[in-house]
Parts: sequence; C-alpha cells; structure tokens
Amino acid sequence: MKAAVITFPGSNCDRDLAVAFAAAGFDVARVWHKDSALPAGLDVVGLPGGFSFGDHLRCGAIAARAPIMGAVAGFARAGGHVLGICNGFQVLCEAGLLPGALMRNAGLRFVCRPERLRVATADSPFLAGWDRGAEITLPIAHHDGNYRADDALLDRLRGEDRIAFTYAANPNGSAGDIAGVLSDNRRVLGLMPHPERAADPRLGPADGAMLFRALASVLTPA
Amino acid sequence: MRARVTVMLRDGVLDPQGEAVRHALGSLGFTAVEGVRQGKVIELDLAAADATAAEAEVRAMCEKLLANTVIERYAVEIL
Repeated sequence: MKAAVITFPGSNCDRDLAVAFAAAGFDVARVWHKDSALPAGLDVVGLPGGFSFGDHLRCGAIAARAPIMGAVAGFARAGGHVLGICNGFQVLCEAGLLPGALMRNAGLRFVCRPERLRVATADSPFLAGWDRGAEITLPIAHHDGNYRADDALLDRLRGEDRIAFTYAANPNGSAGDIAGVLSDNRRVLGLMPHPERAADPRLGPADGAMLFRALASVLTPA
Repeated sequence: MRARVTVMLRDGVLDPQGEAVRHALGSLGFTAVEGVRQGKVIELDLAAADATAAEAEVRAMCEKLLANTVIERYAVEIL
C-alpha cells in the first residue's frame, strides 16, 4: 500500500499525516507542491492541515492551483483515494474536488479543542471501520471551518449519504453541523477535525487511527 | 491600465466579520447601521491597451482564482 502526502509552503501537519499513514502500514512518499506528477502505484493522496500560502486570498485557494493539484485531480477522477484534513479540506473545496466552501468561523475565533463527532455514514473506504452513528472525539484547530452549502447542496449531500461527520455541538456555524463530506464516488474525503493528531494511543486519545486502519483493510482484503 | 475587482460574499451568506463590525459600530453609538457586509478590493495593473479585452481577462481571473463563486460574487471595473 502506498500513500503520498503533499507539502505546500505553510503546511504543518504533513509529517503527522505521514506518520499516521505509516502506522497503518502504508509506504509514504512525501511530495512537494511544485511537482507536477504523483509517484506511480499510489493508493491514496493526503492533503495535510496547516496554513498553505499563509491563507492569503482565501484558505486553500492558492494551494488548490499549485502544480501538483492537476495530478491530484486526475488521480481522484481515476478513482484514487484522496484525504484532505483541515487546510487540506479547504484545498479540496477550492479545487472543486468536493462541493461547498469553508469560510470564517461564525464566532470569528480560532477554535482549538477536542470535539465530539458523529460518524454520519460508514459507506466509504475511510469510514468502514465505524458503525454509522458512532460517536468519536477528534481535535479541531481552525479559524475557517464554517462549511457553507446552499439548501440544494445540503439536500443532495443528505440524499446521497455523503455527509461523513457531523459535530455534536457545532463549534463554527457549519451548515447542517457538517464536519466532513465525501465525493460522489465516496473515495475523496474532506474533514476539518484532525484524525492524524489522534492516531497513537501512546500520545492520548486515538479515535482517528481507525480512519487509516479502515482504508488499509479495504485496500488489502483478507 | 488598472482594473479594480470587488469581491463580496453572496447575498444570503451570513458574513460574521460584517456582523462583528456592525456590533462594534453600534457600541460606538452609530445605532442607525442596519447591516454591514465586508468584502475585499483587489487592484490589478495590466499591460493591456484594450479595455474590453482587459475586462474579459480579469473576469477569467475572478472565475479561476480571485473569487470563490460558491460563496462570493465579484464586480470588475476598468479604471
């Protein structure tokens, strides 16, 4: 199993994401945003958290137009798995690989704390390790996590069962309490909480490890 | 040639920063302010001679990068 983690200028969770993939059994390649191609034979691409390009213009906007993103879009279109966490989620929305947009938290404050989440569907390679409706806790750390979707998009996401996670107590004003969404083929996941920061029981709560283990077991059927 | 792009949140998208400014103005005694929307202005210096072509080019920039049309609208002026 092979994962690639993209680093943009200002990414700061890229190493943690690489460690979480490795702990689940992936060989991890680190890829620079100026590269125009991904390594061959990849199973999953991870877009990490951080403050790519200093959050200038809009969070994720400039990273979404970086040279590597053409290859990431092609990989996703071909059925590859893509995981965007926090800034990575913002990048996926800005790149049009996930619907909706993320804007400034309704309370205007940067929010950094553990947050209770509901796993809203288990129907994705990233989510198959949980039961639908399971409650987990993952840390959030963001200023712009307020997910915006108009009513038509919310209806579509609900109808197609594409809401991955919802907040138990909405910390940022997100429409529908949404913390993460899936692409229509269910292989692209974007979420604001940080599973890679809660993936090693030696360091504390580790609910996030299941996301990486689930993907690994889908990719290597017994 | 100079172009000015104004980017605003779409009507109907709650603007938390504008709301914070409205509250601050209210606490300063400007009680007649019924609404505030905060946006951004981007000025571009262009090596173009033809205003029509320049406007089309700037609109393409807005669609590709300067605005996120999911939540924002934009207006282009050629100065």
